[in-house]
Amino acid sequence: MNLSDGSVGLVTPQVAHFDEPFTFSSGAVLHSHELVYETYGQLNHAGDNAVLICHALSGSHHAAGYHSEEDRRPGWWDLAIGPGKPIDTNRLYVVCSNNLGCCDGSSGPNTINPATKEPWGGAFPQPQVKDWVRSQKRLAEHLNIPRWAAVIGGSLGGMQALQWAVDFPDWVEHCIALAAAPGLTAQNIAFNEIARHAILSDPDWCHGDYLAQGKLPTRGVALARMVGHLTYMSADGMSDRFGRELREGSFAPGDNSEWVFQVESYLRHQGARFSTQFDANTYVLMTRALDLFELAADYKSDLVAALSVAEADFLIASFSSDWRFPPQRSIEIRDALLAAGKPVTYANIDTDNGHDGFLLPNPTYEALLSAWMCRVGPS
Amino acid sequence: MDVSGRPLMSRLDLDTVLSWVPEGSRVLDLGCGDGAFLARLSEERDAIGVGVDIDPANLVTAVSRGLDVIQEDINDGLHCFTTNRFDVVILAHALQELTHPHIALQRMVDIADEAIVSFPNFGHWSCRLHLGVKGRMPMSRVMPRHWYDTPNIHFCTVMDFDALCSALHIDIIERATIAGPAQHFLGRWFPNLFATSAIYRIRRSGD
Repeated sequence: MNLSDGSVGLVTPQVAHFDEPFTFSSGAVLHSHELVYETYGQLNHAGDNAVLICHALSGSHHAAGYHSEEDRRPGWWDLAIGPGKPIDTNRLYVVCSNNLGCCDGSSGPNTINPATKEPWGGAFPQPQVKDWVRSQKRLAEHLNIPRWAAVIGGSLGGMQALQWAVDFPDWVEHCIALAAAPGLTAQNIAFNEIARHAILSDPDWCHGDYLAQGKLPTRGVALARMVGHLTYMSADGMSDRFGRELREGSFAPGDNSEWVFQVESYLRHQGARFSTQFDANTYVLMTRALDLFELAADYKSDLVAALSVAEADFLIASFSSDWRFPPQRSIEIRDALLAAGKPVTYANIDTDNGHDGFLLPNPTYEALLSAWMCRVGPS
Repeated sequence: MDVSGRPLMSRLDLDTVLSWVPEGSRVLDLGCGDGAFLARLSEERDAIGVGVDIDPANLVTAVSRGLDVIQEDINDGLHCFTTNRFDVVILAHALQELTHPHIALQRMVDIADEAIVSFPNFGHWSCRLHLGVKGRMPMSRVMPRHWYDTPNIHFCTVMDFDALCSALHIDIIERATIAGPAQHFLGRWFPNLFATSAIYRIRRSGD
């Protein structure tokens, strides 16, 4: 645990239990469900300082701080959340929940289906981004939050933030969507399909019921993660970081020992670590939720019409070397907001960090986020 | 341009620009820099402003003033702004930096009911003197860079601008000029020779 940099310190996840049925867009119903979440800072009496953070594909409710003294890694967006940080917990009340269908404590494929007393596995309903928004609204009501001063997210989380602004306009005062897109391209869906195919091809997949059968499709998940991770980095960023360096073996003539490039070692490590920590069914559901996301789906695919209903002020930011959701996708959102006459600030952050840019330090990015966040919450 | 060290003309032209912006207008400020002028427009004219600038540091400063800013290259055509979205679009002392000033002007009068453009007048006698007598490209406090590394790539004179407006079927609603104190009236009567800067209110012809 490192408290030197404006950390929120030790945090404890909380669980909200909901007994009223939740109906997914697909029509599937959960008779009861749980959402796990974390909060940082204090909700004020007026309830006008609450900020919702939406996590990305492999994120969780653990956005900032540490779970124990021994914890070496802080939450996934510790860069931005904390006292004195861009999302300043000295004045804002920050909420981050684990999406329904994920694997970090909220009801999902790795939790017990009350009807069968077995893990849900492949039987857990397919959630969509708009389902997560509705379930988070229940959480907000549970926490006595009347409306969000801001809904903020990057990547899939950014799409979720936009969906909030469109589906519940009077709930969202400010909206920040980082490295997001109004919908996935064929190439995006193709990469997701490769990831799913890797998982479904693993002999330990067991049609999604690996938990009940005491198995884990770690090879498939690792490969899915390796492919996914590749799309989060830029070619220049990878060259800078790994180049053609060898971790094992040498280029010496006659030395034919096993060659392991640094980049291979890195990808293998990322894949291996992820494969034991992340649930395979969740990865399938999350990538599918991404595929199905279309912000303007209820508006005949007219993005301007969709965003016209929003009442939020928007910050849209892209990252110059992001090729998963390139700047052009953020520009589509920006242009639709401008056409709809909505207040919007747009920046394209110059970085080699690729899609991961929204999670990594960058002076301009952090300064922009800090400057923009000053308008969020009571002055 | 200000060869004698008086307050920079770019500040004086902004006073005129400000006076031409109606109360409560929706304003687009192209090349808004750090947003100081847009903030002034919002305070003094109750304008609802959007800025456009390409520089990240400017963007952060403008955002910290509470402004909405779009990071965009004006040279890319301003396609993100739909027709008639704004009451006024402003291009203050940035015309000479554009790759295609004529395309930008055309687009500006499409985006807003009215456009306000200011630029340094290259027909000013001091420029002519510089070029005519010294035989070198003019330099001044406002334009201190050498010809080869200046961002100012498209200089024009007051007469040139009039001619361009005519060619583009753009109506000139009003023109103001800025000249040194001694040449105040000369600047008004003979702007092409004595105005250091010119400020135009223009609109699409026929509106």
